[in-house]
Amino acid sequence: MGGSTGPVWVFAEQSDGSVLPVSLELTGQARKLADELGTSLEVIFLGDAVRENTQILFNAGADKVYLGEHPDLKFYQSERYMQIIVKLAQEHQPEIFLLGSTATGKELAPLVAAKLKTGLTAHCIDLTLDQEKRLEQIIPAYGGLISIVCPEKRPQMATIAKGVFLKPDTSEPKQGELVLLEIGNEQDQRIELLNVVYEETEGVPLESAAVVVAGGAGAKDLEGWQQIVDLADEMGAALGSTRPPVDEGWVELDRMIGQSGKMVAPELYIGVGLSGELQHMVGITGAKLMVAVNSEPKAPVFEQVDYGIVDDCREFLPVLIENIKAYKADKA
Amino acid sequence: MFKIVVLVKAVPDPKRASEIKIDPRTKTLTRADVPLVMNQLDKHAMESALALKSRVGGEITAISMGPPPAAAILKECLAMGADHGVLLSDRAFGGADAYATAYTLAKGIEKVGSADLVLCGMASSDGSTEWVGSELSVFLDLPVVTGVKEIIGSSEPWWQVKAHIDNGYRELKVKLPAVLAVTRELNTPRNISFSGIIKARKKEITVWDFDALGVPESSLGLAGSPTIISDLRVSESKREVEMIEGTREEKAEMLVQKFADAGTF
Ligand SMILES: Cc1cc2nc3c(=O)[nH]c(=O)nc-3n(C[C@H](O)[C@H](O)[C@H](O)COP(=O)(O)OP(=O)(O)OC[C@H]3O[C@@H](n4cnc5c(N)ncnc54)[C@H](O)[C@@H]3O)c2cc1C
Repeated sequence: MGGSTGPVWVFAEQSDGSVLPVSLELTGQARKLADELGTSLEVIFLGDAVRENTQILFNAGADKVYLGEHPDLKFYQSERYMQIIVKLAQEHQPEIFLLGSTATGKELAPLVAAKLKTGLTAHCIDLTLDQEKRLEQIIPAYGGLISIVCPEKRPQMATIAKGVFLKPDTSEPKQGELVLLEIGNEQDQRIELLNVVYEETEGVPLESAAVVVAGGAGAKDLEGWQQIVDLADEMGAALGSTRPPVDEGWVELDRMIGQSGKMVAPELYIGVGLSGELQHMVGITGAKLMVAVNSEPKAPVFEQVDYGIVDDCREFLPVLIENIKAYKADKA
Repeated sequence: MFKIVVLVKAVPDPKRASEIKIDPRTKTLTRADVPLVMNQLDKHAMESALALKSRVGGEITAISMGPPPAAAILKECLAMGADHGVLLSDRAFGGADAYATAYTLAKGIEKVGSADLVLCGMASSDGSTEWVGSELSVFLDLPVVTGVKEIIGSSEPWWQVKAHIDNGYRELKVKLPAVLAVTRELNTPRNISFSGIIKARKKEITVWDFDALGVPESSLGLAGSPTIISDLRVSESKREVEMIEGTREEKAEMLVQKFADAGTF
């Protein structure tokens, strides 16, 4: 190889100008990788009049922030964002480039990777360096963990969900180099953004919930699923799910927990009628107390929780709900 | 004529996919006879193509890259109403990561001829990377919109679409030809009719191999994949479980007590 190692890059996504938590988490992890590689950590930050929000990126560990400001960059626009990042990457040859696994990150990352003719790994649950200082990208698959590397092409690119890495301490002001990008007006775009609409999600949000009740394929049908919803309601819990209930249309995709869904860390997690497949379980490794209800005594989920109950959830949940009601009435 | 290409993938039946496991000793995948089915989201892409065809006319070509048995899902597309089915199949295509897959599909689409619209499911149930639509758009030099939940087609080159973002959606205008990666909200895929099956029976699936695509072997399959699997391992579980036993009523009562002890209520 020879020469010095290229910088580690993070794409800092913003909403309304503020840097998203996932981007800060990635900046924190990227700091460690950059230190281990003996190289610098650089963050790309695009938006409209967002300069005042760059300080937090330095505080999170960035050595350098490339700031691109333009009214067109207020919201993510695939072609503009891709062109800016690709040009910058061609100039600076980053070694590693990390993006959050958000709707934006999941569209932008493959566009940039394909343009740069490099590899990209989705849904990583850990990032380390191997003996050859290659980025080891770890994902759950086939009931185990697989490591993916990108041996020759650079940058080594990955997307990571919110909650995989800890948010770095950003309370201490730190210095770094701010590089202002020249962003011109662009014609000839093939996509025009007309409007962005934010929708309120119903029910307790998963990310911040103290209690999560997650249901799986064992609910069997919509009626069985409703019992899981009822349990969540009775406990004031956020509703979560594995993938099959989403595929069946019982619940929205934004309720899915796991590798390709959300990462949560509640005080209490109750998994009902789910097998304990790793792709789901990696989403709740941060939970404090974990409980599973499953009709199959040998279900793998029973090796991954604190309390287990073997029972048919469709019989057990109504009894459990009654008991919770009775307990609450007793205390009141 | 308006040409629509729909990309479809044969995936292990998601209901049985967990039978494919890492063997802890050999660190290889245990071979299970899990049947291949059409990736669910691709059915929504197919449905969208059929609906658009009935509105603006045109011709639908379904393309899949996969082993020879993947031809069955192309037959399914024909039975749904696709005009042509093309299978990209060769040992040289095997072991492809998302990049090489998208590249191979792009070459297939180029060979079909100038597509006005390329539709694909947002993700596949087995890989779930969500990369292929975007990467392919780069190789074809077309604009892409992912997470599409509504297509307001027209006869004009600029189409309006609605697509997911986190906590909401965006409305966009996209200039055709374009790639759209679709979600389940877009529509409800039709069932295959008996007459569809009869019609599909008469149609042939076109198979293109390595020679037919005429691209260097180094850009296909494992050789053309920037990423490789460097290690497989079994993960060890981390918790010591205590089983709560007794009658149903007793179990419920004990569990509520555990919740209470943990300060849940
Ligand atoms: C690339 C990729 C990414 C993925 N990402 C995710 C992800 O982010 N999140 C996710 O959840 N999944 C994900 N999956 C899917 C994952 O592999 C599993 O298929 C899924 O988690 C299984 O869901 P389940 O446990 O509900 O269903 P199953 O594995 O089918 O388990 C159902 C369980 O219910 C039990 N049961 C049946 N009947 C009853 C009853 N009456 N009462 C009580 N229990 C009963 C059974 O014993 C069984 O253990 C992904 C898969 C792939 C390939």
